[in-house]
Amino acid sequence: MFGYMIKRLIQMVIVLWAVSVLVFVMMSFTGDPTFMMVPLDATDEQIAQARRILGLDESHLVQYWRFLSNIAQGDFGRSFVFRQPAMTLILERLPATLEIVFLAMVMALLVAIPLGVYAGANPKKPASRAVMAGSLIGISLPGFWLGMVLIFVVAVKLQWLPSSGRGPTTEWLGMRVSFTSWEGFRHLILPAITLSVGTLAILMRIIRAEMVEVMKQDYIKFARAKGAPAKVILFKHGLKNALIPLVTVFGLMLGDLIAFATLTETIFAWPGIGKLLVDSIYRGDRPVIVVYLMFVALMFVVVNFIVDVCYALIDPRIKIK
Amino acid sequence: MVSSQPIPATRARSRMQRFFASEFFHNYKRNLSAVLGSLIVLGFLVMVTIGPLIVSQNPYDVSQLDLMAAFKPPAWLAGGSSEYWLGTDGQGRDVLASIVYGSRISLIIGLVAMGGACLLGTTLGLIAGFYGGRLDAVIMRIADIQLSFPSVLTALFLMSAFGTGLDKVLIALISVGWVVYARTVRGSTLRETQKEYVQAARVSGLPNRKIILRHVLPNVLTPLIVVATIQVGTFVLIEASLSFLGVGVPVTQPSLGLLIKNGFDVLFSGLWWVSIFPGLFIMLLVFGINLLGDFLRDELNPRLK
Repeated sequence: MFGYMIKRLIQMVIVLWAVSVLVFVMMSFTGDPTFMMVPLDATDEQIAQARRILGLDESHLVQYWRFLSNIAQGDFGRSFVFRQPAMTLILERLPATLEIVFLAMVMALLVAIPLGVYAGANPKKPASRAVMAGSLIGISLPGFWLGMVLIFVVAVKLQWLPSSGRGPTTEWLGMRVSFTSWEGFRHLILPAITLSVGTLAILMRIIRAEMVEVMKQDYIKFARAKGAPAKVILFKHGLKNALIPLVTVFGLMLGDLIAFATLTETIFAWPGIGKLLVDSIYRGDRPVIVVYLMFVALMFVVVNFIVDVCYALIDPRIKIK
Repeated sequence: MVSSQPIPATRARSRMQRFFASEFFHNYKRNLSAVLGSLIVLGFLVMVTIGPLIVSQNPYDVSQLDLMAAFKPPAWLAGGSSEYWLGTDGQGRDVLASIVYGSRISLIIGLVAMGGACLLGTTLGLIAGFYGGRLDAVIMRIADIQLSFPSVLTALFLMSAFGTGLDKVLIALISVGWVVYARTVRGSTLRETQKEYVQAARVSGLPNRKIILRHVLPNVLTPLIVVATIQVGTFVLIEASLSFLGVGVPVTQPSLGLLIKNGFDVLFSGLWWVSIFPGLFIMLLVFGINLLGDFLRDELNPRLK
C-alpha cells in the first residue's frame, strides 16, 4: 500500500510538471502580453522596457525556468487587470464555486441514487424506461441553455427565485459563503440545479448499469433464497455493492462540475473561479488563466489520488499493481 | 469508400438484401428508440442539406433582412406573423432560418471534428498497440494526462490560446477527442496482434505497414462506430459551449450555440424565442444521436449491455 502511494505521488508530480510545460508553451507561443501593459501610443523604448519587466526579452528556456521556480515558491504572477497576485484572486473566488459545485453534487446524488437503483432493480418496468429516457435527455441538452430556461421561467416569469448574482454572504471558516442565509441560499438554487443536471443524468446511468450487474450476482440469489425481505436485498446487498464503483467516478464528476461551472457561473453572473476564467480569457489576462489551470490541475490530481487510495481501501479485491 | 470499379448491380442488390435480412436490421426494426433516433438524425441531415433552399431568407445576407420585422414573436403568439414561424431576432432575422443555417454549421463541425479525431486517434492507437515500447508509453501517458482534464475545459483553454475561428474549433475538438479512439484501438490492437492471423502475416514476410492496414485495422474498427456516433453529439455540445462563451465560431458563421448566446442578451426583456428554440434543436439533435449510439452499443458491443 505504501509503495503504491509513493508511486502515485510521483505520477502526480509528473502530471503537474507536464501541465506546467503545456501551459507555458501554449501561453508563450500565442500572442504577446506586452501590448496589454503599454499604452497605445507607447514608444519602442517603452515597449522594450515593458518586455524587460515581463521577462520576455530572454530565451524561452530561461523564461520557463523562471516560471517554474516562481511557481515552486508560490508566486504565480500578478493579474494584468486587477494588479493583484493571481492566486489571491482565485482563492477569493473559490468558495463561491465550491458552494455551487458542492450543492450540485449533493442534488445529483440525492436524485440519481434512488432513481438509478430503482431502474437497475426493475429494468423492464415502464417507469424505469422513463427514467432512462429522462437521463438521456439530461445528457443531450446543453446545461447552459437549461440555465437560461430556468432563469426565464422561474426568475423572470414566476419571480420565485433571483436570476443572477450571489446574494448576501457571511464569514464561515474563513470563507465568504452564501448558504448560511435564506436570501443567499435562494441565489444558490438555480445555478446549482443547472450545474447538477448533466452529472445527475450520467450518474443515474452508471448506477443503473452497476445495479443491473449486481442483481445478477450469486450473493443476491442467495439472499433471495434464504428469504431476506426485498428491501434488505435491494439496499443492504444490492446498493452497497453497486455504490463502490461510484467512488471511482467521483473524480470525474468533480472535474465535470468544475468545468461546467464556467458556463453556469457566466449565465448566473456568479462570482466564482469559472467566471473569473472566462472574464480573464476575454481580457487576455494571462497570469490568471495560468493560475486557474495549474490550480484546477492540482485539485484534480489530488482528488484522483485520494479516490484511488480510498478505492483500494474499500474494495480489497482490487489488487494493486 | 469509393471503389474504382463499378460494383455489379446483382452483387449490390444481394448485399442490400443481406442487410435487410440481417439480425442487426431485425433488431433495429423492433427497437423504437433506435428508429426514432435515426429519424431525428436523418431529419437534421435533410434539413441542413435542402433546408437553406426552403426557408424564406438567408439570415446572413444583410440585404434580405427587414429591420421592421425585428423581435417578432413566434407565429402562434399575438403579434406573430405566419412568415416567421419561430419569430425573429433583433436584426429581423427569421429564427427558423437561423436555426437551419446554424444546425448546418454545428453538424459540420461535429462530423468533421469526429472524422479528424477518429483518424488521429486510430493512427496513434494502432502505432502504440502494434509497436509497443517507448512510443506506446509516450502516447498513452499523454492520453492519461489529457483524460484527467474535462474536455470542455481543455477545449476552452485551447481556444483561449488560439483565438476564435471555425478551423480553431476543429483543432480544439480534435485535440480533446482523439484520446478515446487511441485507447480503444490500442486495446484491441494488442489483442489482435496476439492472434494467429497476424502471426501468419508476419511470418509470411508482409511489411508492418501492410499488416496494420490490411489485417489489424479492419478488425479493430467495430467498437469505434459507437464511439464515433456518440462523439458527434458530444462535439456539438462542446462547440455550443465554446461559442456560447464567445470563444467558438465567429459571428459570421453562427452555430446553434452562438444563436443561444445572441438570444441570451435579450432573454431578460422577455424575448425568449431567440435563444430557447436553438437550444431545443441542439437537444433534439444530440438526443437523436445518443439514441442511435445506445442502440449501436447494445448491438455491436454486447459485452457492455
